[in-house]
Amino acid sequence: MSKRPYLPCREIIAFLADYLDGALALETRSKFDRHLAVCPSCVAYLASYRDTIRMAKGASRDADAGDPPEELVRAIVASVRRE
Amino acid sequence: MLAHAGVSGSSRSLSTTSIDADLVARLQAGDSGAFEALVRQHSMPLLRVARRFLRSEEDARDAVQDAFISAYKSIAAFASNSRLSTWLHRILVNACLMRLRTQRRHPEEAIEAYLPRFAEDGHQVEPSAAWDESADAMVEREEVRGIVRAAIDRLPEQYRIVLLLRDIEEMTTEETAEALGITANAVKIRLHRARQALRTLLDPHMRGATR
Repeated sequence: MSKRPYLPCREIIAFLADYLDGALALETRSKFDRHLAVCPSCVAYLASYRDTIRMAKGASRDADAGDPPEELVRAIVASVRRE
Repeated sequence: MLAHAGVSGSSRSLSTTSIDADLVARLQAGDSGAFEALVRQHSMPLLRVARRFLRSEEDARDAVQDAFISAYKSIAAFASNSRLSTWLHRILVNACLMRLRTQRRHPEEAIEAYLPRFAEDGHQVEPSAAWDESADAMVEREEVRGIVRAAIDRLPEQYRIVLLLRDIEEMTTEETAEALGITANAVKIRLHRARQALRTLLDPHMRGATR
């Protein structure tokens, strides 16, 4: 890095979730923004962290539900009748 | 919640709510045919959720069965202003967590191996590089979705579960803390570490290795 940011990368990455949630105090957020303005590594980390959340969600997205396995439906209905 | 996937738009929501209200009224009146209708209508989305939590198909189906039995027993307590799918989803998540608590844990790698490392001055030892494509574009590819699901499965259990509850099932921090019997702060810490570890596991794939 050409200029030493006020907060080190360790602090930026430790509080990334709060930064993304908008949960940081204004002053701390300004320090984050000053760091990100001069640290391409943290900018890349932030973007890929955000992408990770979106990909976890996207990869688990349900396709069309389809029909449930018939044997499962029968087992559940039978188990309730026994209750 | 993902249990609602595919239910969007006001007309669809209204119609679903109306069908649910009718179903609940019949269930509360003791109509046994209504229970089978409930199972047919809701078991598939619940099974998909259970498969994310539990590693075997048998366990996933057992959790769905447990959830429907619990729902049957407590249908009288169902609040009419709730969504039936949301209520069933919560019951299922609890059934999955209950099963996970009783299962033997497999040996796992420590999460620290997947967290970023820092030099003494606090800067990253290995600078991070941007990923090649946007998440939205990458996740359209089935191959990539498979890589992501496999990476989530590699996370140590206590972190995997928090990631599933918060980022995938979209429960709040407080709901997750209550479901797991841990503090909200512990949820936040585990979630952040889980995301960081998942990012580390995906990083080599997202910088060209999948193409």
